[in-house]
Amino acid sequence: MHHRLDALLPLAGAILFVMLWWLLALSGVIDPVLMPAPQDAAVALWKGFADGTLTHDFWQTVWRTVLSFVIATAIGVPLGIALGSSSRVYAAVEFVIDFFRSTPASALFPMFLVIFGVGEKTKIAVAAFGAALVILFNVAYGVMNAKKTRQAAAHVMGAGRLRIMVDVTLWESLPQTFVGMRSGISLALVIVIVAEMFIGSTDGLGQRVINAQMVFDMPLMYAAIFAAGALGYGLNLLFLVIERRFVHWGGK
Amino acid sequence: MTSHSPGSPHITIRGLTKAFAGVPLYDGFNLDFARGRITSIFGPNGCGKSTLINMIAGLMPMDGGQVLFDGKTLRETVIGYVFQNYRDALFPWKRAIDNIAYPLVRAGMDRAAIDARVDELVTSFDIGFDLKRYPYELSGGQQQLVSIMRALAPRPEVLFLDEPFSALDYEMTLSMRDKLQEVFHATGVTMILVSHDLEEAVYLADHVLMLTRRPTRIAEVIDFGAPRPRTSATLSEPGFVRAKAHALDVFQREVRRAP
Repeated sequence: MHHRLDALLPLAGAILFVMLWWLLALSGVIDPVLMPAPQDAAVALWKGFADGTLTHDFWQTVWRTVLSFVIATAIGVPLGIALGSSSRVYAAVEFVIDFFRSTPASALFPMFLVIFGVGEKTKIAVAAFGAALVILFNVAYGVMNAKKTRQAAAHVMGAGRLRIMVDVTLWESLPQTFVGMRSGISLALVIVIVAEMFIGSTDGLGQRVINAQMVFDMPLMYAAIFAAGALGYGLNLLFLVIERRFVHWGGK
Repeated sequence: MTSHSPGSPHITIRGLTKAFAGVPLYDGFNLDFARGRITSIFGPNGCGKSTLINMIAGLMPMDGGQVLFDGKTLRETVIGYVFQNYRDALFPWKRAIDNIAYPLVRAGMDRAAIDARVDELVTSFDIGFDLKRYPYELSGGQQQLVSIMRALAPRPEVLFLDEPFSALDYEMTLSMRDKLQEVFHATGVTMILVSHDLEEAVYLADHVLMLTRRPTRIAEVIDFGAPRPRTSATLSEPGFVRAKAHALDVFQREVRRAP
């Protein structure tokens, strides 16, 4: 009986959170205009998806995030493999990459605006740039830390350098590559949301959040925030599932 | 023309030189390994037992010297290598059976020939677990058995074993020793075994190669001719006890010798 309740534990926190929110809204300590009751936000969420406005924003954000991620992966994975397979090249560029990876991507918006202009391109370019660096770093790390014993085993069994790379090193780097892709898509989502808020957007969850705030439609603002949160959580979960499926041997 | 009878030189090492950070480990080292015999290598810590077989197997470059297998170079020779750490040596993304088939795929064999060879190995090893499993689903002993099967798959001329049982518990070690002897009996493959366990080094070997501290030389080659299959009874026979005691004497003499 104890164990059956344990399975419900993760729900307890969520219920507690909504209860606290509800009580706080009910108490009237905070102006109801600023903080609507949870059921109002839920209704706004339902309506937003029912009439298609939030649905459209949601898919716009998904589209931008996924596109940025795909570009970032296409750039980050091959570059990461190239960097990781040569410790000298890696040593030469590590500082530059680490520096830009540590630079907040949002600080690069003005620069990208100059290059790509106000529009879709800038949002996607900045998000792809940020995500690509994270992916690149993780792939390079995975390649560099491939088990030497496994490479030696392949060597003894007659595999040449390229063979070892394809048959062993790339597989060895997969777990770390997945970590990079998971961090990369999370970062891409963050950057896309910020870009939608501040870089001339007409749609997207970021734009919806800030628009709702400006017209004081608080239930809608919370609804859009919740949608963005669910999207982030969902993407992370999706990648964990894919990871477990494809890298079932990771860490073993 | 080299003779191919058992016991004749199979691997010849001439003028092997290797230094680490300017400190010589091997300096003009000469050695022959006998064909169709098990030679175990034993010596003080840091004398370069693993380094020696890694250089012979081409896993580590030599600074100088020559290693030939029946007069052939390593490139022209099929070898097998069993690593100490089976967990790091098997490919965890491949099922056990595909691990075993890997060197055959690399050798360019066709699917039917590969399947036939793997079946043959499975039959001769008489294994009692499912090879469709992934390595991490197997016990340590089973994983090392898969490693040995993988190393033997391409019918190597020489099988190198680097402390193959040191990560296993004693019970498993005993049964693996038996398995290895069976393999040796069935294939007659030349085996070179690095061991840090003197009992094992003597028990399994025809020749125990005793090495000195660095710069490494041969302290002595102790021959142990007990008939095979050897069993746990062998461990208490006078011949074994004498050989092991002698090996221990040589070892202690070398350990005490001022570096």
